[in-house]
Amino acid sequence: MLAAIGVSTLEELFDRQIPESVRLRRALELPQGMPEQEVYAHLRELAARNVCAEDELSFLGAGMYDHYVPAIVDMLTERSEFLTPYTPYQPEVSQGGLQAMFEFQTAVCELTGLPVSNASVYEGPSAVAAAGYLAKLYNGRRRLVVSAGMHPHSIQTLRTHARGFGMEVVEVPLTTGSAGGAPGAAAGVTDPEAWASAIDAETSAAIFAQPNFYGAVEDAAALSAAAKSAAEASFGADGAGFARPHDLVVVAQVDPMTLGILKPPGECGVDVAVGEGQPLGNRLDFGGPSFGFFAAREEYLRRMPGRIAGETVDVDGRRGFVLTLQTREQHIRREKATSNICTAQALNALAGVVYLAWLGRRGIVELGELLLARTLYARAALCALEGVEALHEQPVFRELALRLDGDVAAVKARCARGGVNPGVDIEALTGRAEDRGGLLVALTERRSRTDIDRLAETLGAAIAAERETVPA
Amino acid sequence: VIDANLHPDPEIEAPAPERRREAPGSPASVGGARGLDATPLQRERARTIFEQGAPGRRAFQCPALDVPPPDPEALPARFRRAAPPRLPEVSEPEIVRHYVRLSKRNFDLDSGFYPLGSCTMKHNPRLHERVAALPGHARLHPLQDPARAQGALELMWRLQGALAELAGLPHVSLQPSAGSHGELAGVLLTRAYHEHRGERRHKVLTPDTAHGTNPATVTMAGLEVVKLATDAAGGIDLDDLRSKADSDVACLMLTNPNTLGVFDRNIEQIAAIVHGAGATLYYDGANLNAVMGISRPGDMGFDIVHFNLHKSFTQPHGGGGPGSGPIAVSERIAPFLPVPIVVRREVESGRGDNGAAPGPRHTAAGSGHTAEGAGAAHSDNGAIPAPLFALDYERPKSIGRLRGFHGNYGCFVRAYAYIRSLGADGLRDASETAVLNANYLLARLREHGVLEHLQLAFPRSEAPLLEGDGESGGEGLCMHEFVLSGGPMKRNLAIKTLDLAKRLLDFGFHPPTVYFPLLVEEALMVEPTETETRETLDAFADALAEILREAATDPEIARNAPYTTPVRRLDEVAAAKRPVVRQALP
Repeated sequence: MLAAIGVSTLEELFDRQIPESVRLRRALELPQGMPEQEVYAHLRELAARNVCAEDELSFLGAGMYDHYVPAIVDMLTERSEFLTPYTPYQPEVSQGGLQAMFEFQTAVCELTGLPVSNASVYEGPSAVAAAGYLAKLYNGRRRLVVSAGMHPHSIQTLRTHARGFGMEVVEVPLTTGSAGGAPGAAAGVTDPEAWASAIDAETSAAIFAQPNFYGAVEDAAALSAAAKSAAEASFGADGAGFARPHDLVVVAQVDPMTLGILKPPGECGVDVAVGEGQPLGNRLDFGGPSFGFFAAREEYLRRMPGRIAGETVDVDGRRGFVLTLQTREQHIRREKATSNICTAQALNALAGVVYLAWLGRRGIVELGELLLARTLYARAALCALEGVEALHEQPVFRELALRLDGDVAAVKARCARGGVNPGVDIEALTGRAEDRGGLLVALTERRSRTDIDRLAETLGAAIAAERETVPA
Repeated sequence: VIDANLHPDPEIEAPAPERRREAPGSPASVGGARGLDATPLQRERARTIFEQGAPGRRAFQCPALDVPPPDPEALPARFRRAAPPRLPEVSEPEIVRHYVRLSKRNFDLDSGFYPLGSCTMKHNPRLHERVAALPGHARLHPLQDPARAQGALELMWRLQGALAELAGLPHVSLQPSAGSHGELAGVLLTRAYHEHRGERRHKVLTPDTAHGTNPATVTMAGLEVVKLATDAAGGIDLDDLRSKADSDVACLMLTNPNTLGVFDRNIEQIAAIVHGAGATLYYDGANLNAVMGISRPGDMGFDIVHFNLHKSFTQPHGGGGPGSGPIAVSERIAPFLPVPIVVRREVESGRGDNGAAPGPRHTAAGSGHTAEGAGAAHSDNGAIPAPLFALDYERPKSIGRLRGFHGNYGCFVRAYAYIRSLGADGLRDASETAVLNANYLLARLREHGVLEHLQLAFPRSEAPLLEGDGESGGEGLCMHEFVLSGGPMKRNLAIKTLDLAKRLLDFGFHPPTVYFPLLVEEALMVEPTETETRETLDAFADALAEILREAATDPEIARNAPYTTPVRRLDEVAAAKRPVVRQALP
């Protein structure tokens, strides 16, 4: 091969192209390679030092959930033809991937009740940031109003990105409990008055989560309507005299697993729905990769980020699919692109659409009803424990927030000894002092009544033990 | 490879055994356009999963309701949807058959050569899929207590260290979700760095050869793109750079080797000019596969590097993701890195498992990466030992969080497995072979006379780097990829690069990247990678030569290609004019 090239050594290829002063003239300080079986053993050993959802009874959630992933998802996503191609730049030999994207888009539209969807974005929180950027491109306003009921990672991610966009993020608090600290019946959802008053003529988007981070089902239709009328009113209020109607973008971050039951964002006046797709046939994977989804009303189509598969015909009139509206994208539009996203999450989105086909029209409702029933059962069982109360009394779907009388980390450690992981320490994630004692408990179809009863028993005992050791 | 021969059909004339050796453009094997029978895949009308099944059909069996049915008022009717989403109603066999058939309408790396420039389509070892699927990795919740996720955090910490060593930069964040997300992180870091110094710099320089993600990222980060010209040798035009590197410039974003496959030999001068202007130097790591263990961005003077784990570290591309885009940075940028960072706490003597207890000091991410013997996650009595590896959020100057949780961990597992499989020498060997393969393919094309029609862009006839190298320098050589211009082919043979690309599909090859970089007329960007054999490279060179010969006789063959693919050329204009982006449902 060297002779064909016309060099005498491999080194010469580099010597003739890279200046000596920037050559690395030593071996990399990395371990030497290992045979396959030794690499396997090493990775197996690292895996064994993690306590995963098979090793304990886990009620962890807060954005990622231990749902069952059917065998066909693994089987299909592991097929070479789906696993190993690049982005479908040559549609004639990428119809499988393109059609799967088109089907994925259809499924997302059906779930969200919105007419258009892209073929995936990275994941949930950055999808929220992408929605913020779409709002900026759409109306050019500079403020993003977000509910404090958003997942903390979504708010933090939005803040990081919004600094780049040159937008300001304003957080709207949730309703709080009564003065005595006990949760009032209205606590735990986005404060409707604060929400409406935060929205002004400079507001580009109003963003909330459904269900919210604390597990509460928000009144999405009321929030959307309030946001739009507040935006409308702000035009009159400051006398700016806008020539066109308000163009506020209402964004909801939704949990796709709830959308068999909950009213879809498209029917609640929401303009853009985004979310984390992990519950749909994707593994936990310690946080990724999964996929984000991004659906919207028609008028936002040409400002959406990412790949979009569209239907067309070939020269012989056959139905086919292509990446469409590519003039939005970075490889064509460069600095004027609607996003910089290139590689997204095609394989994870494929897992999502295969999962949704597996679940089917009836299954997504049945599974939703099961989650709802078990979550309510868990709330009743856990709130009956000494030292446990509901953080709010709002409707819950698949996750519920409790307040423990005791240090959450210490209680969790005690539960862990009994092989139970009771949930997420809310304050550790939000950093909000008012969340002290908060525990977020997530349910999936893998957590049976027996499991919930065991959680109640373990949690009750742990709290009791903590109360004995820690003087009040 | 999509090939009629894979699907024997009595209605189609049985293919002669020698048919595959014949050019697929010969009348005997040309599909629909020439009035011959379409292939079985071509005859199959695409039907989506939503057009299949029947009411009541299903795959999923819901677990029985084992708790009391809830009070209907627990979820008021106004919150409920009126009708269920119209998801498919199909059985498991239908799902399997549908998606397996769909899969056969894809070309994939496991089936054939995929020399897509800038994408590094190297073989994806299946070990990586196996280890990533181990429950300890795959079913680990991201909010698991760090003390109970020590294996995962150690893996991440070791990967940080390995990437730091490869980049020649000490600090790493694994968080960004893909290359473009890493770029965004890099530009936001640059902004934070300058703002912290009280400077408002609003321009970012990008060469006209840059990946499209570079300028798009700059805009998203609120800065302004200023383009730099390319010199005759394919590198940055130094005069242009000098004239534009003023006190408004925040950063220069560069790929080296660049998208022309040219290593910019002026890199140290470039770094000096950029740093002299007070700006930072950003390395787009898309082309790192050319230089692993050979030359390091940090040593070239770069401040920030992003990696594409899905390119250099052989993540399966999945038809467009997932990817992963970690970044490595210099000391001065480190305080601004996204949170959290994985740190290793220094172990002191005393209590706990293995006699280990956490000390107050943190090891900066990336240093001491070869640490061995991390403590076990559990002790016998079930007590949770203090974690050795931890997530550090206490970084007051951080730009914040770029996404949920800690990044695409599943990709980290695969990249780490790759790095441990190849090791120090193996990684260098991979880059050497990638460059060897690209140069060999280029030489074969030259030998075939292909370069007369597909000209090497920027053949760089600069002063030699090597003593006794005459006037040639690196002339005619490339790094891990090369760019050809189809300009002469278009003029001489009346076929365009697009036609050539489509014709390659009939020969069972995925075409190279086409029409990029933009400054090369009718560009064809070829990156063979190190995992292809000499035989494959020879066959690809033969195919290109054959297509050109064929075009010299009858350019219509290429102009109407492909013939053998499940669909033929698609009407992209119509698709964009009246977009149909979802299946219509009754």
